Amino acid sequence: MLITDAEIIQQEEILPGYYRVTLSAFLAAIAAKPGQFLHVRCGSTLDPLLRRPLSIHAVNRERGEISLFYRIVGRGTALLAGKRKGEKVNLLGPLGSGFTVPEGVSAAVVVAGGIGIAPLYFLLQELSALKTCADVFLGAPTSKQLFFTREIEALGHRIFSATDDGSSGYHGTVVDLFEQKPAGCVYGCGPAGMLKRLSQVIKQNELCGELSLEERMGCGVGACLSCVCKTVNEGYGTRYSRVCVDGPVFPAGEVVWE
Amino acid sequence: MTAPKRVAAEKSGMNLAVDIGGILMKNPVATASGTFGYGSEYAPYIDLNRLGAIVVKGITLQPRAGNTTPRLVETPAGILNSIGLQNPGVEVFIDDLLPRLVGYDLPVIVNIAGETVQDYGRLAARLDRARGVAGIEVNISCPNVKKGGMQFGSDPEMAGEVTGIVKANTGKPVIVKLSPNVTSIVAVAEKVAAAGADALSMINTLLGMAIDVKTRRPVLGNVVGGLSGPAVKPVAVRTVWQVYCEVKLPIIGMGGIMTAEDALEFILAGAAAVAVGTANFVNPRATMDVLEGIEKYMAAYGIQNINELVGAAHR
Repeated sequence: MLITDAEIIQQEEILPGYYRVTLSAFLAAIAAKPGQFLHVRCGSTLDPLLRRPLSIHAVNRERGEISLFYRIVGRGTALLAGKRKGEKVNLLGPLGSGFTVPEGVSAAVVVAGGIGIAPLYFLLQELSALKTCADVFLGAPTSKQLFFTREIEALGHRIFSATDDGSSGYHGTVVDLFEQKPAGCVYGCGPAGMLKRLSQVIKQNELCGELSLEERMGCGVGACLSCVCKTVNEGYGTRYSRVCVDGPVFPAGEVVWE
Repeated sequence: MTAPKRVAAEKSGMNLAVDIGGILMKNPVATASGTFGYGSEYAPYIDLNRLGAIVVKGITLQPRAGNTTPRLVETPAGILNSIGLQNPGVEVFIDDLLPRLVGYDLPVIVNIAGETVQDYGRLAARLDRARGVAGIEVNISCPNVKKGGMQFGSDPEMAGEVTGIVKANTGKPVIVKLSPNVTSIVAVAEKVAAAGADALSMINTLLGMAIDVKTRRPVLGNVVGGLSGPAVKPVAVRTVWQVYCEVKLPIIGMGGIMTAEDALEFILAGAAAVAVGTANFVNPRATMDVLEGIEKYMAAYGIQNINELVGAAHR
């Protein structure tokens, strides 16, 4: 857990509104685990004030580099997208719990909705290093938002794609596609509606799974209690857990969806 | 447990110590309740021993789940929050959280909130017996709970009544945290002082709200929330200035302190100590940056004792 000024090595516009920024952050790169995030100070003035939590998308430990894949959703991410190679951004992290990466498991299943591939790509890097091949279910509105397909295949994983408009792969949602042959240990990330459906499929088929959640965040270190989600409280109904430190990755059965 | 670091001030002989109604702080920089958890959350980032005091997240008699989400929204140079006093209750606090702070060399101030006047008395009595509590901060100004909270702080008579029952139930120093959401904060401060308060914390958040124009609904799950951050600083400085003129109690000033300059504004307006709140979310080392900046300012202007600066803008 560090606070550091990291230099931007590369800022790429992957698709209009979608960016991948690569940062030189040696210690953070060494420490990072898939599923963790960096709390990024996108501006330098008092407005916008808060940091932005962005999941770690890819890591190159030899070079000491971390990549973040993000979409412009507001002023903070717009400011970050405006930063160029050579500029610095202040980072806090890596923060949060990561995915459980089981060694010696031959098959893993990744289900990503749109920008939800952001943290899952790092997981796919790690699985690849462990010689674990994953079935990767990618969902998006159109084929254009099926991100990093070549890179994922180059890591040795198999892709099954689904699009809302049928422009590529299965015509429908990625969870519908996954539900046709549900199996394996599932890692999921995407919009709340998709994760809710995915957790139902995981439960119905008695699979194990981990989901990466997103919430408006304040401190990022567990103090402010802003980014909570409802979780199962063994024997006592539900309780609020902090996405920043208790998550952002939760066992699929723990999250209580509204 | 790490030993307290020798700070520049100790070496140079500058005196940063302040007395907040009987709570001796080695420097004037504290944490604002609700922004620093129970301390351990920030231990990876700063040496807690260097803080003047820690004010922990508000504690209630029974555990509270807190409000529905979203609980936070960013506004121009500030944030609105509606956490709703999520906390594990006073018993879990005393058993599990307080002992983690006992080894540190810093006063622990416990913020308490009740739904009834009697709740405050019970909380004060319970904490009076707990080891490691330096003082009690009475939260009569939380805008995010349906019962109690701000309603005690917006009526001077009620504020005095709550102060009185807390004082009757503890021998520890009692700090009352005032709400800015009142017609006259001086009137509330006067009643609280008359009821025996040892010090004042000023200010809690300003009641506010934000609406999402896409969904045409309030952003916060609780509809309204408390505004904090740099946006509220001028309001907070003004209240400290006004109360310092009329009430002779030590003041812990807070509201949007991001830098040492901000903290010095509060001190010059009349605050004997300051609390850093929202800034912790942006910079986990904000308290240390503020402290080091105050030391530099004192060195630059040849100030030997921080107390020389308290209320200096009035003179």
